[in-house]
Amino acid sequence: MMETLETTPSQTVGPFFAYSLSAEQYGYPFDSIVNDVLVDERSPDERIYITGKVFDGAGAVITDALVELWQADETGRYRKIPIDRKNDGFTGFGRVGTGTNPDGSFSFTTIKPGSQSGGAPHINVMLLMRGSLHLLHTRIYFSDEINDKDVLFSSINAGRRNTLIATLNYGNGRTEYHFDIHMQGDRETVFFDI
Amino acid sequence: METEIKDNDTQPPHFYPAYKSTILRSPTKPLMLVKDFIKDLSLPVFGESCIGEFDNDLTKNAMKDRQPIGERIKVAGKVTDQYGRPLPGVLIEIWQANAAGRYIHKAEIHDAPLDPNFLGAGRMLTDKEGGYMFYTIKPGAYPWSNHYNAWRPNHIHFSIMGHQIEHRLVTQMYFPGDPLFEFDPIYQSVPKHARHLLVAKFRMDWTEVEFALAYEFNIVLNGSKRTPFE
Repeated sequence: MMETLETTPSQTVGPFFAYSLSAEQYGYPFDSIVNDVLVDERSPDERIYITGKVFDGAGAVITDALVELWQADETGRYRKIPIDRKNDGFTGFGRVGTGTNPDGSFSFTTIKPGSQSGGAPHINVMLLMRGSLHLLHTRIYFSDEINDKDVLFSSINAGRRNTLIATLNYGNGRTEYHFDIHMQGDRETVFFDI
Repeated sequence: METEIKDNDTQPPHFYPAYKSTILRSPTKPLMLVKDFIKDLSLPVFGESCIGEFDNDLTKNAMKDRQPIGERIKVAGKVTDQYGRPLPGVLIEIWQANAAGRYIHKAEIHDAPLDPNFLGAGRMLTDKEGGYMFYTIKPGAYPWSNHYNAWRPNHIHFSIMGHQIEHRLVTQMYFPGDPLFEFDPIYQSVPKHARHLLVAKFRMDWTEVEFALAYEFNIVLNGSKRTPFE
């Protein structure tokens, strides 16, 4: 048995991350290498929009959270080649803070991921905020897909699976999926131990 | 409410009421255990062209007409996994207050001066040996509203993104001997035996004569679920 090093403890992202992690979105003079768009004009597939809010245990919208998405392309493959600049083709990676839309919502522009090995299409979500001592992991599944075949999805307690489903909505003249995150309460989002 | 902390665990709990914001913002249900293949999922790799010339030099990357005010320091170290293997190409993003303890963030209301020559944001990729090095200004302490007369110890925020999903970590680096440690619930949320892991080590041998003091901060990312030589 090899001796292992102790892992560095996690700490909160705090309230003031924006001028480093999402500077352009917030209007700070530091360029961003990641933003709310996971594709560029070379990605041919139909655009989808992922929107939602993050709620605390009292039902208040959290306006200082940071949401990151990481997803496969339309064939179900994750990008392996390095990202050389912001919106460098299909990156599959996005990052947005909840502090710039007046209603505290986040919104991403992407394409629907494909799936491989019989899993259901999904997007990995990483969530950070003041008041959270850890980065939290969850997933977005889609309301118009068959999700029960997915190994991870089907292993979630049946009563909580719907917390991971983004609901399809064509209301704004575009393909939008709505995905809210609840830190606590009856609809508390399922988070993974990674 | 919180799952039991194992003896060898270095991580803080989610719910830590002395840090008040955790009360309404921490999950109340245990995190769901997932299979190893999910932990092995890749994360994006960023190329060197994403990093600007002065992105790792916070004393220069927002300079308008003169050097930023404060004590110039070097912060350097290595990123490894738990087996001590270096992790190259890891994206490190940092942010901090200026020497007066003021964050440039618009939501910040602390009545300390901004420094027009200092932003407080930087980033770089680790080299082949997992090494990184930033030049910056030693951040000041700043007051916050968690409790009466609450002050954060001097710290630099770190966001670390390795090449697999379990290598994503956000943390804070502190400076040795800070008298505010015993009053800071964010620092104290970490189990006592592991707090030293967040405190940089002063390195006289890394200082630059008549230029900068130096601190070492090594980062060890999770990897316990993987065998070392697969």
